Amino acid sequence: MSDQARVLKFQIFRYNPLKKGDKPRMVTYEVTEAPGMTIFIALNEIRETQDPSLQFDFVCRAGICGSCAMVINGQPDLACRTLTANFADGEIKLLPLPGFELIGDLSVNTGKFMRAMSERVESWIHDQHADDVNYDKLEERMDPDVADEIYELERCVECGACVSACATKRMRPDFLSAVGFMRLARFALDPRDKRTDDEFYEIMGNDDGVFGCMTLLGCEDYCPKDLPHQTQIAYLRRKMALIR
Amino acid sequence: MKVIYTDSLVIGGGLAGLRVAIASMQRGYDTIVLSLIPAKRSHSAAAQGGMQASLGACIKGDGDDEDVHFGDTVKGSDWGCDQDVARMFVNTAPKAIRQLAAWGVPWSRVRGGDREVIINGEKVTITEKHEAHGLITARDFGGTKKWRTCFTSDGTGHTMLYAMDNKAIQLGIPVHERKEALALIHEDGVCYGAIVRDLITGELAAYVAKATTIATGGYGRLYSVTTNAVISEGIGTAIALETGVATLGNMEAVQFHPTAIVPVGILTTEGCRGDGGLLLDKDGYRFMPDYEPEKKELASRDVVSRRMTEHMRKGKGVPSPYGDHLWLDITLLGRKHIEKNLREVKEICEYFLGIDPVKEYIPVRPTQHYSMGGVRTNATGESPTLKGLFSAGEAACWDMHGFNRLGGNSVAETVVAGMIVGEFVADYCGANPLNVSTATIAHFLKKEEKKITDLLVRDFGENPFALKAEMQQIMMDKVGIFRNGPDLEKAVEELTVLNQRARHIALRNRISSSNPELVEAIRVPKMIKLAQCVAYGAMLRTESRGAHAREDFPERNDRDWLRRTLAAWPDDSTDLPDITYEDLDVMKMEMPPGSRGYGVDNIILHPDSEKRMAEIEEITKANSAAGRFELQQLLNPTPIPEKFKGKNERIGRGYK
Ligand SMILES: Cc1cc2nc3c(=O)[nH]c(=O)nc-3n(C[C@H](O)[C@H](O)[C@H](O)COP(=O)(O)OP(=O)(O)OC[C@H]3O[C@@H](n4cnc5c(N)ncnc54)[C@H](O)[C@@H]3O)c2cc1C
Ligand code: SF4
Ligand code: FES
Repeated sequence: MSDQARVLKFQIFRYNPLKKGDKPRMVTYEVTEAPGMTIFIALNEIRETQDPSLQFDFVCRAGICGSCAMVINGQPDLACRTLTANFADGEIKLLPLPGFELIGDLSVNTGKFMRAMSERVESWIHDQHADDVNYDKLEERMDPDVADEIYELERCVECGACVSACATKRMRPDFLSAVGFMRLARFALDPRDKRTDDEFYEIMGNDDGVFGCMTLLGCEDYCPKDLPHQTQIAYLRRKMALIR
Repeated sequence: MKVIYTDSLVIGGGLAGLRVAIASMQRGYDTIVLSLIPAKRSHSAAAQGGMQASLGACIKGDGDDEDVHFGDTVKGSDWGCDQDVARMFVNTAPKAIRQLAAWGVPWSRVRGGDREVIINGEKVTITEKHEAHGLITARDFGGTKKWRTCFTSDGTGHTMLYAMDNKAIQLGIPVHERKEALALIHEDGVCYGAIVRDLITGELAAYVAKATTIATGGYGRLYSVTTNAVISEGIGTAIALETGVATLGNMEAVQFHPTAIVPVGILTTEGCRGDGGLLLDKDGYRFMPDYEPEKKELASRDVVSRRMTEHMRKGKGVPSPYGDHLWLDITLLGRKHIEKNLREVKEICEYFLGIDPVKEYIPVRPTQHYSMGGVRTNATGESPTLKGLFSAGEAACWDMHGFNRLGGNSVAETVVAGMIVGEFVADYCGANPLNVSTATIAHFLKKEEKKITDLLVRDFGENPFALKAEMQQIMMDKVGIFRNGPDLEKAVEELTVLNQRARHIALRNRISSSNPELVEAIRVPKMIKLAQCVAYGAMLRTESRGAHAREDFPERNDRDWLRRTLAAWPDDSTDLPDITYEDLDVMKMEMPPGSRGYGVDNIILHPDSEKRMAEIEEITKANSAAGRFELQQLLNPTPIPEKFKGKNERIGRGYK
């Protein structure tokens, strides 16, 4: 901790589409850095003391819920767990995550996108008998390693960083994107999901699905949960290619 | 006037709300869920540690069952809980976890054979039964006799919430996101839905429903440092209070978690200590065994938090620019274990503290964590005073936690309450026609419209952000882990002043659509009222029970205080709630009040305790042939819905 606190310079994208006459612009705010300061803390300070209209989304502020992805000095990341100390020159430029509907300033509607994604990939266990299970009985056994592997793919927090970093998505608005592939890979691995490969093919066996991926792997580079996009997309692609 | 009709309106898209919604949808009732944020981002996702259910599959859970879980829960609550509810809960928890397994949660599983674990600071080899291989396993948590806390690596809440929301999506349940319920619609003691603001457009709408369920989570943000999400502001609880008809229960029962990181208050899970982590002081000395020789680091949360505070008061804390703290040492668990089962903790340490917990100690301090209090309901989840209003999850005082909840019992409660209360919500939808006048709907809508217009036209007044910060500081300084009369009186006085000032908030940003300052201005007066319920309730309760620790009244006083605090706010122009009490009936208890087994017993007994003890002995003797189920039925018959009455199977034990 140094004695003289730095003055950080935040350049923040401002635009409220619901305010008549408002135009997109960058606005600069200065904040005195405190030890351990995160972008979450800094943005709240700006809102509370400088501009109460500033919009952004945080929920857990602990890197767990996926609410706060934004473009930080050119790279999508979770703002709540980004320390201001990481930026040597004290200049931090913040933009909303591209590829999503803008609500205002740094707030985008990832929720709407993710619900549509879940509906499209039918993000649930497909088992006709799931609701007839007698829950008094011992649960269905599962190999401990399989359980762990499923969890590895289920760690996605729907933050949208992969979607915003995807070149294919920019060209194909309906491209399912990495977050959707991760979800499909998760269910394809799960022995409780009785879907056949053919059924999975119906969902992703096209150019808006896994065949459209140009493997530029922006997704893997920016995923804050380090999900294995490359191997899983390649796996899904091989699996699907074998079908038809 | 925008009006949306449904049968079952559920306010809150966390684990509890979604589970209630699933129940009413599956019973064929039209259902809508409201949430401030996308459902999967609800605070339930942050639970890392686990969910308690007495499956008894792992070897250290051998011999566990509903009765042992019941005993732990009642003791944990310091006898403040409703034992009927605790009973319903422990009997249903195994079913809840198995249902979630079928819905997709990848629970960590038992691996038959030897494995190395850390117990009491030592490496020990335990041997899991081969016949249990592949069943759901469990870890140790504070205040439990058995290893009962089931988990998914380090992401229990996340996987539970994802499975639950996925199920809701499968059923086509609409979740109206970025909507905030601002007031309940009610008439003649019956609730008919809520007035709701769209957080993007600012539009107000009336959601009119037969049954309304509040599942809005806790009120941790009444405190300036808390492990809770920034949206855990208790607004759902507050709108129940503002009806003037519904009551809140035990608002002064606020839990502090022993291990949140300093200074930001982000939680490191109890799993750290459950898996063998230790607490150390500034000399690197393990101090908990001195205070609690038996349970040590794994005593109940309220106990550990107080011991830590005591130890720091003795000058044993580690000084830092943010005040004293202690160390949590998980280095002894080893890299492999930490990277798999405590990875979230590792990430938090790396990102927020810049340390590697595999090699370094974690700076921790007790921090506000859980709200035992909330919307008072009876065992069916319905408000005893406002018909058609239900509540479940952390928002409710259903009352299975009393004055202290056990780790892992909360996510378990959300799901179990969701199942049970969900059935009663559906019953209610079936039995009651929607019978509310348009005039009433319009009245409530206009009232909220006017409040917002007043805020938007006022030129000068109070800053909502500043009011909130003042309130949070008062709660922190004067209504914390240890409490005393003079501080609490001061807190009540100061909150009274804040409550008056909160009537004159003015905005700098005067637009009605998406506007964070307006959101704050709407919420802060509600939060101040809740804070007052906590502070005033704490001031009046002149005893120590569970998490409510009075320095000036250190004894647990069953004689005078075996009762639940009820807060109501019938007159909006006053600055204090009406406080009344509801006695707990010792003569109906399956487990009459006794010692929790921590420190020196300091209890003023209830006159009925011994009487009931003798009665139970008699019943037990007279029915010596009865099995544990019949005996339990004799001692404490509970209203479990038919669906959930079955006995639970366990490995090596069957349905016994
Ligand atoms: C860091 C942390 C770790 C935890 N770990 C564990 C653990 O390991 N084990 C355990 O048992 N418990 C744990 N808990 C406690 C447990 O996670 C919570 O008590 C539980 O998840 C609460 O669930 P809920 O469904 O009641 O509410 P929440 O999940 O908090 O959901 C509240 C919902 O209400 C909505 N809402 C709120 N207000 C409004 C409004 N006015 N209008 C509309 N919608 C509204 C929100 O959008 C949200 O969807 C932990 C808690 C924390 C803080
Ligand atoms: S896959 Fe990674 S980057 Fe994409 S939404 Fe999930 S967590 Fe975010
Ligand atoms: S606020 Fe939850 S991940 Fe950033």
